[in-house]
Amino acid sequence: MAQRLNTDYTRYHPKWYRRRMPIFWWLGKGAYLKFIVRELTSLSVAYAALLLLLQAWFATHGEDRYLQFTEWLQSAPIISLHVVVLLALLFHTVTWLGLAPKALVIKLGGRRLPDRLVLAGHYVAWGGTTVVLLWILLGVA
Amino acid sequence: MPRSREPILWALFSAGGMLSALVFPALAFVLWVAMPLGLVEPLAWQDMIGLVRHPLTRLFLFALVTLSLFHWAHRFRYTLYDGLQLYHLNQLIAVVTYGAAVVLSSVAGYVLLVVL
Repeated sequence: MAQRLNTDYTRYHPKWYRRRMPIFWWLGKGAYLKFIVRELTSLSVAYAALLLLLQAWFATHGEDRYLQFTEWLQSAPIISLHVVVLLALLFHTVTWLGLAPKALVIKLGGRRLPDRLVLAGHYVAWGGTTVVLLWILLGVA
Repeated sequence: MPRSREPILWALFSAGGMLSALVFPALAFVLWVAMPLGLVEPLAWQDMIGLVRHPLTRLFLFALVTLSLFHWAHRFRYTLYDGLQLYHLNQLIAVVTYGAAVVLSSVAGYVLLVVL
């Protein structure tokens, strides 16, 4: 009879105690929120990849279709959206490069390369890539 | 998802994270903010098609698009898993996220390596 009353009780296999977490647990604290926002930047990465593909795709469909696409890019709501996407992409870059020293342990002469140097190296790589891309995109036009 | 596939998925996630981190801010700023706003001269169609048809550009774009999609799939999978605690839907979420990455990568391969 007692077993009927306590539904959590099963003989020999007591149910484990588990604290129930609210679904929006990550709203409570700044660090948790930052973690979720960082994870959600992956959406902007996928969006950018598909938009880039679409832009190339439209270019192959002749000048008219390409100009239509360019016009769409110029509309105010789309520019606003893309500013948000750009900010998310920057957040992705900064947080990703920020993890590099933790993920990458470089030993030089038996000593570990300081985190700051690894981080600086990655920022140099980012700067270099950016310069090359700007040079290509602005040089072609 | 069997454990043995995890390192491959993580490698794709990681490569996509790095490549997208390095190139997307510049690309997004120039192509989708600066050019539409008229801050810099927009790419004329002839220039764009010339750039996009170059074999190196196509290979680069294919790598970028594919790895970015797998980066998204892996990260988004765990965002749903941990963020919304959908532990019981683990299998379904994995199939949908990685599946989307595979399908869209195939489209990218078709467009960039076959059509262009």
